[in-house]
Amino acid sequence: MRPFVYEQPTDISTAVAIASRFATDDDQPTRANAQFIAGGTNLADYMKLGVAEPNHLLDLNQLKEAALRQIQVTDGGIRFGALVRMGEAADHAEVNRRYPVIADSLRLAASGQIRNMASLAGNVLQRTRCEYFRETSWQCNKRVPGSGCAAMDGFNRQHAVLGVSDACIATYHGDFAQALIALDAVVHAEGGHGARKIPFAKLHRQPRDTPHVETDLAAEEIITAIEVPAIPWARRSLYLKIRDRESYAFALASAAVALDLDGETVREARIALGGVATVPWRAGAAEEALQGKKLDEASAGAAADAAFAGAHPRQHNAFKIELGKRTLVRALLETRDMKV
Amino acid sequence: MDAAAPRPKENQGEPLPRVDARLKVTGQAHYPADLPTANLAYGALATSRIAKGRVTKLRLDDARAVPGLLDIVTYGDMDKVDKPKFGNSGATSIGPLHDRTIFHDGQIIALAVAETFEAAEEAAQLIRAEYEEEKPTASFDSPGTKTVAAAGKSPMFKEDVKAGDFDAAFAAAAVKIDQRYSTPTQHHNPIELFSTTAYWQGDQLVVHEPSQNVTGWKVELARQLKMDPANVRIVSPFIGGAFGSKGPMTPRTAIVAVAAKRLGRPVRCVTSRMQAFGTQTYRAETRHRIRIGAGKDGRITAFAHEGWEVTSRPDLYVVGGTSATGRMYGYGSVLTHVSLVQADRNTPGYMRSPPETPYVYALENAMDEMAVALGMDPVEFRRINEPKTEPIGKKPFSSRSLIQCYDQAAAAFGWAKRDPKVGAMRDGDWLVGMGCATAIYPSAVAPCAARVRLTSDGEVRVQCGSHEIGTGIRTVAGQMASERLGVAIDKISVEMGDSGLPPAPVSGGSISTASVCSAVLKACDAIRSKLFAAATAEGSPLAGSHNEEFDLADGKIVAKSGASAKVEDVMKIMQVGAIEEYAEFAPKGATPEALKKLYAGTPEFHGGEQDEDSVKYAFGAEFVEVRINRYTREIRVPRIVGAFAAGRIMNTRTARSQLMGGMIWGIGQALHEATEVDRRYARYVNRDLQDYLVPVNADIKDLQVILVPEVDHAVNPAGVKGLGELGNVGTAAAVASAVYHATGKRIRDLPIRIEQLLA
Ligand SMILES: Cc1cc2nc3c(=O)[nH]c(=O)nc-3n(C[C@H](O)[C@H](O)[C@H](O)COP(=O)(O)OP(=O)(O)OC[C@H]3O[C@@H](n4cnc5c(N)ncnc54)[C@H](O)[C@@H]3O)c2cc1C
Ligand code: SF4
Repeated sequence: MRPFVYEQPTDISTAVAIASRFATDDDQPTRANAQFIAGGTNLADYMKLGVAEPNHLLDLNQLKEAALRQIQVTDGGIRFGALVRMGEAADHAEVNRRYPVIADSLRLAASGQIRNMASLAGNVLQRTRCEYFRETSWQCNKRVPGSGCAAMDGFNRQHAVLGVSDACIATYHGDFAQALIALDAVVHAEGGHGARKIPFAKLHRQPRDTPHVETDLAAEEIITAIEVPAIPWARRSLYLKIRDRESYAFALASAAVALDLDGETVREARIALGGVATVPWRAGAAEEALQGKKLDEASAGAAADAAFAGAHPRQHNAFKIELGKRTLVRALLETRDMKV
Repeated sequence: MDAAAPRPKENQGEPLPRVDARLKVTGQAHYPADLPTANLAYGALATSRIAKGRVTKLRLDDARAVPGLLDIVTYGDMDKVDKPKFGNSGATSIGPLHDRTIFHDGQIIALAVAETFEAAEEAAQLIRAEYEEEKPTASFDSPGTKTVAAAGKSPMFKEDVKAGDFDAAFAAAAVKIDQRYSTPTQHHNPIELFSTTAYWQGDQLVVHEPSQNVTGWKVELARQLKMDPANVRIVSPFIGGAFGSKGPMTPRTAIVAVAAKRLGRPVRCVTSRMQAFGTQTYRAETRHRIRIGAGKDGRITAFAHEGWEVTSRPDLYVVGGTSATGRMYGYGSVLTHVSLVQADRNTPGYMRSPPETPYVYALENAMDEMAVALGMDPVEFRRINEPKTEPIGKKPFSSRSLIQCYDQAAAAFGWAKRDPKVGAMRDGDWLVGMGCATAIYPSAVAPCAARVRLTSDGEVRVQCGSHEIGTGIRTVAGQMASERLGVAIDKISVEMGDSGLPPAPVSGGSISTASVCSAVLKACDAIRSKLFAAATAEGSPLAGSHNEEFDLADGKIVAKSGASAKVEDVMKIMQVGAIEEYAEFAPKGATPEALKKLYAGTPEFHGGEQDEDSVKYAFGAEFVEVRINRYTREIRVPRIVGAFAAGRIMNTRTARSQLMGGMIWGIGQALHEATEVDRRYARYVNRDLQDYLVPVNADIKDLQVILVPEVDHAVNPAGVKGLGELGNVGTAAAVASAVYHATGKRIRDLPIRIEQLLA
């Protein structure tokens, strides 16, 4: 493990200022000299593996702004402070009542210990677990731009079928982000150019030919909060996660679903898909396919077909198309049948 | 009594808690890398990123510039040391630093030693190798494999067993199957990482390393370092997950010892989990072809089992499970053949029930297919083929309680409620399936020495160079002494895990309880004889009686008649403060060199199928229920029941724990575990616990272990059949059968994954 300088700034503006000192304009947060650490469950791991190599580590846990650690329920929805721990949010009564899909997505993630360490902002920014990315002896365009992609023709069972490019097929593995993108969440960030709001759907970038560019954030920008708008009908929502074992595993396929139903007819559907795409994935085509339809196995199947119309499989992950569709069908029917 | 401490039945010992339980759960048990050592330096390995070729250049400048770096051991530095040998005590013949040839991915290319662990790691990462790369051969079907017959390549696998005329019988059979099965690469992932700590005291070398074979390692390490074995000591008081991974010594041990010598201070090297995939042994992938022919009555007339196993280029490691599968049932005729397929891979090695796990998986999955082909209940099919003698040598079984196991497990499981029709059982959106399979494991035993001391105030010390690999061997050895010497367990201390103690065989092949208890029994009986002789001598309290009529209880020698004398008083007459006996146990049939070989670290194994009088196996039957989602096809195992008979059970708690752990591992083998090999580069891909899946608590629901009483006086003096490796044999086949029952899909390639059930 490389030596690094560790600092604990005590307010957001100082943290931004320190980070700015080390950052150039087009620096990626994940490649910058100074990087933020929250729970450290993702970053510390990658530092040990030599995948992340910051020279300065700015620990956000001493920041004094109280809102960073609060879950605020307002008329406009729920505002999650960036440093709220996954476990706390998963157990929050109002989160469970208003947005079961959020609570599920957190509860079904990682393990109890990790959920107690990991922050919500760190969670949405977690980097891929692509095996070839994790280990520095392989070629990887995301880790070393232009070096090639060992996963493309390698063992790619975990890899994505949606949003892929010729440069990278790494899956975005997080669960919480699927709930957030489905619910039109907004990210609050503070950086060298002040505070701004980013629609959650704009936070992550598809790999295209620059897979090392992972998010819309500047190197010195700190996520301060994530806001979810009030959607009364989101009480009819859930997160279904399919994996090789019952717990402590990433999704092979998952679906975040919220439904506004009129009897059995869909007024509005919100759908996001996990485990199958390179970024948090809103399945707009599936949502449209369901609008105004009676929700049954046939219409759910048609929506699932629409969701995967543009899928690109590789040698070992072709099953994810079929699995992803079935996951969505099951999630839709289970959401329809929820007692709310 | 609760489930963890089953009430003992006939020939079963008390479920005493482990003598070291408190130490373990309070973190006070010191595993080898925890043993406090002063003035430590830390080592970290650098390993190759290619699987085949040569290291042409090593650039060490960046590594040497790391503050705190002390030394780098690499090519040239091991020249005065002999290369490792492949065998029971040695994982491979590759001397990674003796030669710049790369034989496999992750081969050691250097050891960086520094003042801190972090500096050592950093330096190791900064060691840059240049290679002359060649295209490697990854596995089966890769160009460049070399196939050789396995028979005779290992002393443990002498021949391809056969009986009768298979070809004729198979041709004539009314019902037959001919199928292929496979098992994946699997790697040891004990939570205790692999480590070596070495230090020198003058010309004496001390090594702390988790080991299942301290005597064998002492001798092998001394050979490599050209030392007198008396000057080498291996210390391994606790081992956190062994299962064969800590059986053979790897080349790292000598490298760390050399580093410690060069620096003149203790060096500790803990390998990372990723590095363990290339520097330790593992279970290589296997393939099988099974042919079974039977009459319409279900009687098997022809059985053929062909196996293929991957091994490395330099070492012919043999699994060879056909000696067990060929004797499992009353087949009319048997044909077997095992082949080794050499590729550019590290040398495989033992992993819990090395031969039986893959081979019995194939056999039992085939047996279920055959039952389906015959339209017969799978339990009935096994009952019909229950043999009187084993089919190869026509020897009797020393004991065989397979049908009792099936009957008891079936009753507990509720097999009678199973609707035999495929796909007929449902619970809402979940398809329900039920399956079963046989477990078998040879009951072997090896020579073993032990020293036991009984003091006049009733304290006992048992010393034996066996190993506490988590099985509870310290506890059961203590129980044996407790029973024979009439002393409560809390007055008994048991010392193990040190090559300075009386030698014990490698803790492998499920021989430990039988071998250690037989040696402890012998030492205790020698103490008894001395005490009884003294107590009955002229002028002693029990003068005039005969030895056989005595027992020891609560510090007293008690005659059948009821007369008694205190041990303390008898020792006074003897004018001793303690009686200590050193016993060497050699099993029936042992050769005249057997004990000498024990001290040389190359013990003979007896029992199993090797004895003249009978074959000796432990058996079990496992029943599994699976649930498979109608849409998404994920597989869950809500229930598993196993019934096992293994002669005398020393302690029902530790026995159940072993069998339970085996069954859980079996579920993992069925559904989770597999190392992925990147076939282009012959490299392992999923080298951590995130991607190398094993069951977690949530995967294991209702699990029941039944200990079926069995008495077997022929196996060994202790009457014990090993059961440490029995529980995970057959489990994966039971799961595969249940999956078939639920879905109609016969999955023959492990692990069974969602994608195989989607189509
Ligand atoms: C074994 C294991 C299993 C897991 N399983 C799952 C799973 O099933 N589902 C799932 O969703 N996740 C899973 N995870 C991932 C886990 O949820 C993430 O590691 C965790 O949420 C990251 O949060 P953190 O606070 O520890 O982030 P850190 O590791 O501290 O940071 C992660 C990244 O975010 C950046 N960052 C953190 N906070 C901020 C901020 N406020 N502003 C700007 N940048 C910031 C850091 O610079 C870093 O790049 C698993 C992790 C492990 C180790
Ligand atoms: S898929 Fe992406 S992250 Fe994985 S190796 Fe290829 S470029 Fe790297």
